[in-house]
Amino acid sequence: MQTNELLVMQGIHKTFPGVHALAAVDFTLRAGEIHALMGENGAGKSTLIKVLTGVEHHDAGHILLNGSEINAKSPHHAQSLGISTVYQEVNLCTNLSVAENILLGREPRRAGSIDWGAMNARARELLTWLDVDVDVRRSVGEYPVAVQQMVAISRALDIDAKVLILDEPTSSLTTLETEKLFAVLRRLKEQGIGIIFITHFLNQVYAVADRITVLRNGKLVGTYDAKALPRYQLVELMIGRELEELEDLGGLKKHFEPAPGQAPVLEAKNLGQVGTLEPLNIKLYAGEVLGMAGLLGSGRTETANLLFGVDDADSGTLAVGGKVEPNPGPLASIQRGLGYCPEDRKADGVVGALTVRENIVLALQASRGWFNYLDPRKQTEIANKMIQMLQISTPGPEQLMKNLSGGNQQKVILARWLATEPDVLILDEPTRGIDVGTKAEIQKLVLSLANEGKGCIFISSELDEVLRTSHRVMIMRDRKLVAELQGEDMNEQSIMEAIAGTGVSTEDTAAAAPQHAVAAGSAR
Amino acid sequence: MKRSWSIDRKFWPLLITVSLFVLLYIYGIIQYRGFSSPQVFFNLLVDNAFLMITSIGMTFVILSGGIDLSVGAVIAFTGVLSAWLLNHFGLSPAIVIPLMLLMGVVFGATMGAIIEFFKVQPFIVTLAGMFFARGMSFVISTQAQTISDPFYRTIGLYRIHLWGKSFISANVVIVAIVLIAAIYLAHFTRFGRTVYAIGGNEQSALLMGLPVRRTKILIYTLNGFCSTLAGVVFSIYMLSGHGLYVSGLELDAIASVVIGGTQLTGGVGYVIGTVFGVLIQGLIQTIIMFQGTLSSWWTKIAVGALTLIFIGVQSIIYSSKRKRMASAQRVATATTTAPAAPATAGD
Repeated sequence: MQTNELLVMQGIHKTFPGVHALAAVDFTLRAGEIHALMGENGAGKSTLIKVLTGVEHHDAGHILLNGSEINAKSPHHAQSLGISTVYQEVNLCTNLSVAENILLGREPRRAGSIDWGAMNARARELLTWLDVDVDVRRSVGEYPVAVQQMVAISRALDIDAKVLILDEPTSSLTTLETEKLFAVLRRLKEQGIGIIFITHFLNQVYAVADRITVLRNGKLVGTYDAKALPRYQLVELMIGRELEELEDLGGLKKHFEPAPGQAPVLEAKNLGQVGTLEPLNIKLYAGEVLGMAGLLGSGRTETANLLFGVDDADSGTLAVGGKVEPNPGPLASIQRGLGYCPEDRKADGVVGALTVRENIVLALQASRGWFNYLDPRKQTEIANKMIQMLQISTPGPEQLMKNLSGGNQQKVILARWLATEPDVLILDEPTRGIDVGTKAEIQKLVLSLANEGKGCIFISSELDEVLRTSHRVMIMRDRKLVAELQGEDMNEQSIMEAIAGTGVSTEDTAAAAPQHAVAAGSAR
Repeated sequence: MKRSWSIDRKFWPLLITVSLFVLLYIYGIIQYRGFSSPQVFFNLLVDNAFLMITSIGMTFVILSGGIDLSVGAVIAFTGVLSAWLLNHFGLSPAIVIPLMLLMGVVFGATMGAIIEFFKVQPFIVTLAGMFFARGMSFVISTQAQTISDPFYRTIGLYRIHLWGKSFISANVVIVAIVLIAAIYLAHFTRFGRTVYAIGGNEQSALLMGLPVRRTKILIYTLNGFCSTLAGVVFSIYMLSGHGLYVSGLELDAIASVVIGGTQLTGGVGYVIGTVFGVLIQGLIQTIIMFQGTLSSWWTKIAVGALTLIFIGVQSIIYSSKRKRMASAQRVATATTTAPAAPATAGD
């Protein structure tokens, strides 16, 4: 173990206001290994990388590179130490040539002026080594993302990298391109470069990684040999279990079965978008909570966006209350009786500078049209009703939204949609980042809404939460619906197996979603 | 090695600009007697020398995604201040001219530093710079001042005779030097390439470890230098200084850069394009002059329309490029077999 440790991170602590992003995290990278860093959103992966590359600075702990302590002050400094990063969004200047993007800042010069001939030759040499055949003099923006990704990697390598960090490098690549990238990674590994590889695709981890480090909630779960860690166990380590005792949901969750002849309130047929979501079928009945589970990037949010019309589907149809409308857009969706609490509350939901009242009536006002102005007294009335119903703790409806806690903000967003009296509510991670008590309240609220006859789609990364609230669970993996479980088949084990893409439990549900039956465990 | 010889889309705006200039010139020759005299062309250079210099400086600013509104006022201020120093203090031009250029460097560097360190929009900072320079001109003098310095007069009236009867002024030589230096700076130095990188994607440039901050300050410094150099050239051309001169010239400079094919959002464009941008404006003015009945203000209207057209053309070129990229991306993903097939069965 002690022999070829290239990079050692010991007891790294990092706190942001209100969040302990990293708590005593240890991480070691050996020379000539590919080390996958795994964890769900908010697990601390990106913070750890940021600390390593000098974007953020750790509060405590040590980072050793080749045995001597380093403390990168900036990405530039980290590069000069031999730590190169290829980011998820390819960070290139698309207006410049391929060669320039590789060598910018280190252009070969002759008598002080840039030697374009030497520069293009050097770039060609680097790309040939990576098996990429392009005209290095053309703008990088003219080439597809896969080529851009390779250009970014060449740039990282030319800096004489000892440690190469790849942050979700394959999210925009095709299978063939991914294979090519992996071949390159294996060659780099042979040269003794240590590679940190972050991805959400489990099969890719098993395809290239030698070791796997799992983080959860800013803490180190452990480092494992990839060969010795079954997929199923990896998923379990990443998702974990909520240890906190949640308040009992009581008798709120009733058995649900659609009445004979009951038409679904929302029905998607072959709904999909090329590149983001494979066509899927969804049926949601009034009074039902349909859970949606899957890892990050599995297509959950993409599904929600298609259902609500944030993105336009390029195949299939979506009927709400039996009526089909092609590419409705969010406003038409609201008017059709849909409500959508998006995943990223801060960016897509909360309007911090407005009051609680204004935030609550926002969607209702939008659906009425701006010229059909809602009477201020009526607004206050609605706001007060919602505050009471959802037990939002605020001094009053005129409080500014940004002064509320995360949990209460989430309740306001829920109130916004309840005010429009929707038939279907789509909730994407409604309980993320809020305290346990409020979590239980929101779960209860979802169930009582279902009991009132609304249909709910409940998306969550937390498995037990999905199990507690849902009558039926759809499982997403790699941007497609892979299984649908209900009744007795619906348990933690079966869901995890479906997420990991192993096991046989999916066969039972093949009848429920025949076109999505999984060829489980099919080898490449 | 794959080489493609089709013309890169980034050259299109430049090609359009050059063709437009050629077409307008041919139109003038066909339409008006005397237009074919070489002196018509040389006068474009003589009369627009100062505009060319300041527009070349502006090209760097716009390439980096910035803007500088102070240049017109700085040119006027340079004229007034040099006239005052020459006339009232009898200072030698050998002191006045370097002093003016140094002032431009300091003025530009100050604006650049404020933009960078206080994170203020360049529009606002250079607007303040513009008011300051324009105001200072009138503090020094509210009247036009004639420059009687013999050196200025000799240079200003000197004619460099080319073939036949045609000639250029000394200022045109300065423009040629500035142009060559600017092309070298833009394409053969790290500074120049960093300017393009910043204009392309500032965040990427930063993550690539390029000296973004230093380069941005240098860009405004360079432009400050160019505007005072243009001011000196302008005083030599006019042989007087007045606070009311060249009002709105910064907008002519910006229009020249845009008509020259440089993208207003930065990252794409060529210094030589800007020269043609200035020439096109001068040519329109000349055509209107030859036409004889139209008010010379029609020049402004034509330039306005051209600027608008060029911005439109750019956005069409770049948006179709983006669409093409997006569709290529889609095809690529569509042909993929789903990346779902597990590599190894975990159990």
